[in-house]
Amino acid sequence: MAGGIAAAAAAPLVAQQPSPEPSVWELPQTAPQQGEFVPVKGLPQQEQLPAASLVMGAYAFVWVVLLLYVWSLWRRLGALQRELSDLRKRTAARK
Amino acid sequence: MRRYLSPLLFVAMAMFAVAPVLIERAPYEASMGLVQKIFYFHVPSAMVMFVSAFVCGIASVLFLFKNRPSSDHVAAAAGELTAVFGLIVLVTGPMWARRAWGVWWEWDARLTSSLLVELIFVAYLLVRKYGGPASEKLAAAIALFGMANVPFVYVSVNLWRTLHPRTTVAMTLPAGMKEPFWFSVAAFGLLYIALLTIRSWLGRERAELERAYLELEEE
Repeated sequence: MAGGIAAAAAAPLVAQQPSPEPSVWELPQTAPQQGEFVPVKGLPQQEQLPAASLVMGAYAFVWVVLLLYVWSLWRRLGALQRELSDLRKRTAARK
Repeated sequence: MRRYLSPLLFVAMAMFAVAPVLIERAPYEASMGLVQKIFYFHVPSAMVMFVSAFVCGIASVLFLFKNRPSSDHVAAAAGELTAVFGLIVLVTGPMWARRAWGVWWEWDARLTSSLLVELIFVAYLLVRKYGGPASEKLAAAIALFGMANVPFVYVSVNLWRTLHPRTTVAMTLPAGMKEPFWFSVAAFGLLYIALLTIRSWLGRERAELERAYLELEEE
C-alpha cells in the first residue's frame, strides 16, 4: 500500500524529466544473433597471413647470418695478421 | 687449394645473387602458394648442415684416433658451420611453418631432432672455447654424438607421423621447381666449401702462431 502510494507520487516527477539516451542494451541489433556456425571454403583474403613478409624475412635472415659469419672470419683473419706482424717484429728485434 | 679459394667464393656469392631470380620464376605450390619458396633456401641449408655435421664427426674421429692436428682444425671449422647453417634451418623453417601449418613450432620428430643436433654442436663450440686445456678431445667426442644423430633426423619424417614434408619431396620435384632448387643446393655447397677452407686455414695459422710464441718464450 505504501509502495503503491510512493510510486504514484513519483510518477509525475519521472514523466516530467527528459527521456534519457537509450542504453547500449536497448540499441537495436544490426546483425542477427548467431545461433550456429557456417562453414566456408577458403579463408577470406583479409584473414590470411601475409606470406610475402615471411618469405622476404626468411631470405633476409639467411643473407644477414651468412654476411655476419663472413665478417666474423674476416675480423679474426685481421687479428691473426696483426699478431703475425707483431711476432715478426719481436723476432727481428731479438736478432 | 687456396689459389682456387677466391674464384670459388666469387662464384658462390654470384650464384647467391642469381638464385632469387630463378626462385621468383619458379611456379607456386598448389597448397602453400608463395610461402613454399622458402623451401629453396631452407632445404639446401639443411643439406649443408647435415654434411657439415658428418665432416665434423669424421674429422673428430681422425683427431681422436690418429691425433692429427689438421683434422682438429677441419673439425672446428665444420662444427662452426654446422651451428651457422643449423641456425638458418631453425629460423627459416618456423617462418614457413607459421603460414603453412598455422604454428611457429611443433614438437614433432623432425623439428625436435633438428633442434637437438643444433644444441649438440653449440655445446661443441662452447666446450672448445671454454673447456680449458685438452678440451679438443672432449669436443671431438661430442661431435661424434652429433654426427650419430644426423641419420635419425633425416629418416624421422619417414618413420614417424609428422607435419614436416617427407624426404621424397626434394627427389620428386616437378620441372620448374627442380632447377632453382638444385641451383640453390650448388650455391650453398660451394659457399660451404669456401667457408670451410677459410676457417680451417684460420685454425691452422692460429696454431702455428701459438707454437711460434711458445718457441720465442723458450729462447
